[in-house]
Amino acid sequence: MKKLAYFPGCAMKDQARPDEAGTLHALAALGYEVAEIPRWNCCGTVYSLAQDDLMRHVGPVRNLIRVQGMGEKRVLTLCAMCYGTLKRSSQFVREEERLARINAFLDTEEDFRGGIEVVHLLPLLRDEVGYEKLASQVKRSLNGLKVATYYGCVLLRPREFAVDDPDRPEVMERVVEALGGEPVPFPERMECCGAYLTVGRSDIVTERVGRILRSARGGGADLVVTTCPLCQFNLAERRPAAAPTLPVLYLGQVLGWAFGADEPANLFPLGVRDE
Amino acid sequence: MNEVTVFIMGKGYRVPEGLTIMKAMEYAGYRLGRGCGCRGGYCGACATVYRLRGDYRLYADLACQTPVQDGMYIAQLPFTPAERPPYQLADLQPRGETLLALFPELARCVACNTCTKACPQKLEVMDAVQAALRGDIPQVAEFTFDCVSCGLCTMRCPAEISHHHVWQLARRLNGAYLTPRALHVQKRVQEIAAGVFKSDLDALLSLGRDALVAAYKAREIES
Repeated sequence: MKKLAYFPGCAMKDQARPDEAGTLHALAALGYEVAEIPRWNCCGTVYSLAQDDLMRHVGPVRNLIRVQGMGEKRVLTLCAMCYGTLKRSSQFVREEERLARINAFLDTEEDFRGGIEVVHLLPLLRDEVGYEKLASQVKRSLNGLKVATYYGCVLLRPREFAVDDPDRPEVMERVVEALGGEPVPFPERMECCGAYLTVGRSDIVTERVGRILRSARGGGADLVVTTCPLCQFNLAERRPAAAPTLPVLYLGQVLGWAFGADEPANLFPLGVRDE
Repeated sequence: MNEVTVFIMGKGYRVPEGLTIMKAMEYAGYRLGRGCGCRGGYCGACATVYRLRGDYRLYADLACQTPVQDGMYIAQLPFTPAERPPYQLADLQPRGETLLALFPELARCVACNTCTKACPQKLEVMDAVQAALRGDIPQVAEFTFDCVSCGLCTMRCPAEISHHHVWQLARRLNGAYLTPRALHVQKRVQEIAAGVFKSDLDALLSLGRDALVAAYKAREIES
């Protein structure tokens, strides 16, 4: 078993529980001993673009200190938002003066020494597990199910933190293929869902979600998968009445199902069954 | 008698060593109308902040529980303004969204941990905020069980969260909806309603004074 420090983030303990359950099931089957980091706090959620707003990095850095305290060198995230925030903060504090000021503020914690790698599930599956091994371990094939792979924004932007080629990503498609599914052409897969406008201007989100779901259906998809809880919420809850009624699932749900997770049927509301 | 010098609201006083901040204030001539309650560390009325000479930290504690130190600069905070929106517990769902809907400022937490450092009860206040953010109401209730609502975390919070009102709601939701029902209590209430104890009670009521006293003295008590 390979030990892997894991930062869940708030959504994994709330609306995205099925994502966590499925993913952890699959990772255990793939030989990972996933260890949730102790006393973690919110990742920070929205990465601050202000260069002098150090306070916004206190939360993310505190989480990285917890990983350091476990004696681990890297930490896994499943949520695309958490990945973006933790990864970018870990880079931000590479500048010594910033790190020194944050460490001085965090005077009840051990100093953060840097050097913690933040890794998202998708690159882990691609680079460490490998598609072949993934495919060989699958217990229930998706059996040609047509899947629209929705990346959204933060997995690919800004480009220096992208989990894949930010213009032509393929990691989610390859994972779906390894599970026995068929990724469909999906031109809107990298378009923003509208994100936090869902709070104050849900009309804009609804318009965008309609376009995204029509694009997925246009490619012949049976369902949409994503790794972002906010995208999942918007695509599932903000769809216009006339939009295709495609199920929008977390990648982890599909992953867990393919690895034989014994989940309630409502986590996978599809007609897929064992042969 | 050894004395120490403390500064109360900016003015210096010589007070006996070993007094609490509250006693020292009274020794110095203050009459405490607010900022003083149970004197036992339970009511949370005597929130106090202080600094020590040569130390950058702003300490926070309960005046009735904290001994004076030489060179202490003391100010009391007898009341913490904190918004508590009205709600009816019976209309609420025991979910994270409920806390966030009533107290949306929770989402402004940047995990600075200032609240935890301010807590005189040594609670993990920031962890409670984080548990609230992820909707873990039982965890919030557990973390904040010993909260005395002194308001010190609320006064120090850069995100302007009204902590003790959030904790109170979380504990109410936990108690009303999430903890297991006390079945033995329900059973006993049913027995009382069905009159199981009526004859015993009537027998007691019908005793004269002397017989009642004798019965009281002869009662079974735990040693």
